Amino acid sequence: MTETVNGVAFLALAFATIGGAVMMLATRNVVHAAFWLLEVLIATAGLYLLLSAEFLALVQVLVYAGSVTVLVIFTVMITLRRREDAVRPFEPGWGGAIMAALFGGSITFAIAQFTSKMPAGTFPEKTPDVAAFGEKLFTTWMVPFEIASLVLLVALVGAVWWSGGDGQ
Amino acid sequence: MSLLQPVGVVSFMALAAVLFSLGLYGALSRKSAVMVLMSLELMANAVNINLVALSRFTAPAEMTGQIFAVFSMVVSAAEIGLGLALVLALYRRSQTVELDAMQELKG
Repeated sequence: MTETVNGVAFLALAFATIGGAVMMLATRNVVHAAFWLLEVLIATAGLYLLLSAEFLALVQVLVYAGSVTVLVIFTVMITLRRREDAVRPFEPGWGGAIMAALFGGSITFAIAQFTSKMPAGTFPEKTPDVAAFGEKLFTTWMVPFEIASLVLLVALVGAVWWSGGDGQ
Repeated sequence: MSLLQPVGVVSFMALAAVLFSLGLYGALSRKSAVMVLMSLELMANAVNINLVALSRFTAPAEMTGQIFAVFSMVVSAAEIGLGLALVLALYRRSQTVELDAMQELKG
């Protein structure tokens, strides 16, 4: 038995993610790129919902769409002097394109090669919900969770330290 | 294969591979530090999709992939915060976010 999800919803969300990523790299305006990134992140939250990971979808919208994009847009606004500076020159970056194409090709080859050897997997009657997720997170994964909060605290202090900068 | 059939784990892995490659291209080719950081976010996102999809399609009861995705989100949120703070500090120093301008260590 192999588990599947709705194909139409997957196609729509896959189109939204990949299309948004392409547009983010194709647009020459940095502010537009930040908004396309927001679109990609929200479509990813939809993919999480499709995979019945409701908590992750919520966290994705809160953390990525809510704060990371706002942070990026603030940085763009602070580091631009004039409105025209947002529009950047055309940067095709052929070397990077070749590297990325080679990487994507090899990864696709590996996926095509190895997925037939994947274990079939065991499926419960119904997929576990948010309550089960919280129980797992706060029992089995308690110590990593606390370490993660420490990492966030250190990152917060470091970000304030670096970006504050005045007085030395 | 019809386009409207239900999809399995391979489709999600292919989507994540495409997304990661696009992010890799952006991170390698852009010359604005903010655009590079945004491309890094794309790559982190692709990794998270892969984690959640593999968790859902191989062992949904354990949810190990979802927990890993949470930790990966924590790390990438810390990364983008520190990265943007670094961009702001560099902007304060040299009034630019162009990566080509950062050549102090060039021999």
